[in-house]
Amino acid sequence: MENLALYAEVAKFTVIAAGLLIGLGALGTAIGFAILGGKFLEGSARQPELTPMLQTKMFIVAGLLDAVPIIGVAIALLLIFANPFLTTIAG
Amino acid sequence: MASESASGGGSTEYIQHHLQHLQWQVGEGKFMVINVDSVVIMLFLSALFLVLFLTTARRATAGVPGKFQAAVEMVVGFVDGLVRETFHGRSKLIAPLAITIFCVVFLMNFMDMIPVDWLPATAMAVGVPYLRVVPTADINVTLGLSLMVFLLIQVFGIRHKGLGTFFKEAFTAPFHAEGTAMKIVLAPVNLLLRVIEELVRPLSLTLRLFGNMYAGELIFILIALMTLNAGLASGMTWVMAPLQFISGFVWTAFHILVITLQAFIFMMLTIVYLSMAAESH
Repeated sequence: MENLALYAEVAKFTVIAAGLLIGLGALGTAIGFAILGGKFLEGSARQPELTPMLQTKMFIVAGLLDAVPIIGVAIALLLIFANPFLTTIAG
Repeated sequence: MASESASGGGSTEYIQHHLQHLQWQVGEGKFMVINVDSVVIMLFLSALFLVLFLTTARRATAGVPGKFQAAVEMVVGFVDGLVRETFHGRSKLIAPLAITIFCVVFLMNFMDMIPVDWLPATAMAVGVPYLRVVPTADINVTLGLSLMVFLLIQVFGIRHKGLGTFFKEAFTAPFHAEGTAMKIVLAPVNLLLRVIEELVRPLSLTLRLFGNMYAGELIFILIALMTLNAGLASGMTWVMAPLQFISGFVWTAFHILVITLQAFIFMMLTIVYLSMAAESH
């Protein structure tokens, strides 16, 4: 059926897109968290009495760092498991 | 997540069934649809929060507090400390708003901890075809919360700075100019930057909360898929079941952190944006 060829086309690019989304997001987040954690440890070593305050602020920044890659992961998972392009083809 | 059994098509159906909202068509077209499950669960959780905190406040004693009163006091004290160190002014709006946002968002996120199939299976037994139990995994809910915060930021800014200063600052910050000609040139640039900055904030609030919750829910569904249609006779089941238990346990433990962190971030950003709106640039 010619639908299979269309399906294969969509699936090919979907998989690559999902891989790029997750991979590049993970790359950025990993470097960001590493720098964040390193600076926190440095600051905590210089002034140990500030550790609780620094830890709170670290979690705030961690939550901000997390946001964009998680959106990417959510979109990638949506593409893999409930692909809207495939439903357009099927419909 | 390869499913070796012949239920390859069954997995997709399972996922799509679990991602479908209980919808109610109220008009023409795809926009006029209400996700009844999100609305009902959100109303129920908000009512629960109000009832619990109100009864605790009514029965509050200055003597030795009960456990629940101690918990509520902890939350209130924590948020109050945060607001005090971020907002250098006096406001009756920020701290109660922050407590409400934190507790309601946390309660809604917490619905993700309930095992994936429990509530939808109960609903199906009563005749409800689809049910998604996490309101914050619905972008309509998070967008609604963010839009309300956006409106509050504008109203709060106008109330604290006055309408004249508010509009003047929209045209003169962040680039300042001395001569009248330069001011006119820079005004549209300032306005554009200001509008973009104001619009990006609710968008990022929405997508951050939605992305985290949606991804969490989807991974729970995928973990539940591991033993779909598995019978005790098949050897694969004896491998998949412990694997499912371990991955479920690990992901749940991680997700507890994510839930609390996302509620905290939403509240923290609301406080920060409100305090920035009240200060002059």
